[in-house]
Amino acid sequence: MTIDWYFILEKLILISGVLALSLIVAMYSTWGERKVAAVIQDRRGPNRAGPLGLLQPLADGGKLFFKEEIIPASSHRFLFILGPSLAMLVACMTSAVIPWGDTLVIAGQEISLQVADINIGILYIFGVVSLGVYGIMLGGWASNNKYSLLASVRAASQIISYELAMGLSLIALLMLTGSLSLKDIVEQQRHGLWNVVYQPLGFLIFLVCAFAECNRTPFDLPEAENELNGGYHLEYSSMKLGFYLFAEYINMFVSSALMASLYFGGYSFPGMDSLGLPHNVVTILGFLALFLKILVFLFLFMWVRWTIPRFRYDQLMRLGWNVMIPLALLNMLITGAIVLFRQG
Amino acid sequence: MSTQQIIFLVLSAVALLSAMGVILSKNPVTSVLCLILTFFTIAGHYVMLNAQFLAVVHIIVYAGAIMVLFLFVIMLMNLNADIEPQKRNWLKYAGAISGGTLLVILVAALRDASMPTLQPGATDIGLIGNLGKTLFNKYVVPFEVSSVLFLSAMVGAVVIGKKED
Repeated sequence: MTIDWYFILEKLILISGVLALSLIVAMYSTWGERKVAAVIQDRRGPNRAGPLGLLQPLADGGKLFFKEEIIPASSHRFLFILGPSLAMLVACMTSAVIPWGDTLVIAGQEISLQVADINIGILYIFGVVSLGVYGIMLGGWASNNKYSLLASVRAASQIISYELAMGLSLIALLMLTGSLSLKDIVEQQRHGLWNVVYQPLGFLIFLVCAFAECNRTPFDLPEAENELNGGYHLEYSSMKLGFYLFAEYINMFVSSALMASLYFGGYSFPGMDSLGLPHNVVTILGFLALFLKILVFLFLFMWVRWTIPRFRYDQLMRLGWNVMIPLALLNMLITGAIVLFRQG
Repeated sequence: MSTQQIIFLVLSAVALLSAMGVILSKNPVTSVLCLILTFFTIAGHYVMLNAQFLAVVHIIVYAGAIMVLFLFVIMLMNLNADIEPQKRNWLKYAGAISGGTLLVILVAALRDASMPTLQPGATDIGLIGNLGKTLFNKYVVPFEVSSVLFLSAMVGAVVIGKKED
């Protein structure tokens, strides 16, 4: 058995593409966030750098790169650097199992627009999401600052609490699809109705948990600036701070892609198979459809941020344990009963 | 050398080194991180044996849940070398002797043992569909009994937690 260089090259190109895409989308999400905030608050938003302020993300990135880099003297140096790196790494890893489109046929070779179609796709996502807490915890602890530590403890308990409800809401979805592969789930929706029709409650729970997992308002307790002086990244400066902020936007992008794939048909769109266009064109249209769905979800993330105030911490925990988990269990029970009833 | 062999060697080397790191590092937080790395390499071995479900559950449960709690406790206790109690000398000797004895026994036991080789990818039992069918058909009673065990553990935790009020 020899090393399959062609396979490695294909995957390498695909991985670079997905990575570049998520970075660019995350970059422009910062611009989008400020524009959405401006519209909601009746302001203009960034409009100096380039037309419509479109170069603003580049200016911000440049600023972050050139800022002085400070590592506090009393911090644990290695872990202090490891924290933001882990946050960034984990944020980028989830995108590996998302099907970005159907197959492309180039020179007789069929190329799948998914980095890894593994039959445990959803479990893989859980594994990666459950690792997301390390970056925040290590960074907060290594800073050797009580506010950072408080924020990272908040973040860890929040993420662990909402992971449970998220998992339970997905189990109900898996009962319907019967497959853990994201590609299969999307293909099923391509030939039938979108899963959100069958799982409205499950989708709602997943959405709320996604907000909590991404540390977004109304669940942005780990970075509550007026209680914690800024949150777990208080001691960070320069691009390390940038990594933490950036990881949040990548997480938003990936969870939007996930919600679109799981509940809203992913890269499929109505009437996809009756267009009569060449296979490659349909694939590209499908990718654009997925992208549109992702943008809608990203907008929802921003809209909520500038509309709803922050929860108090005990309210957050009560919502997670006393409302979300029982609701998810109920949803699971109902789905199981219906699946059993239809079989029998 | 095939791709699988290269991956196996790299994984094994990292696994051994990080396992050494767990016991050799002075800082408990670094120990925990080394342990997490060890879990990852073991999960890699599971994937190479075509047991994807086991691999990913291993990561979710150990790296994602248990080690987070470990890290929590260690961070909040803020252990470091200064407050570590001095070990007595006889404890060190006892540890060395018992460890050495264990090594001798392991070597003696494994010296003549036959090591059956499992061809990677030869079995499909580790794939999630097959595993689920086996668990819920052939082994359904032990599976359900162990779930009762988990339930009792959960109830116990709640009872202990409620005692304070």
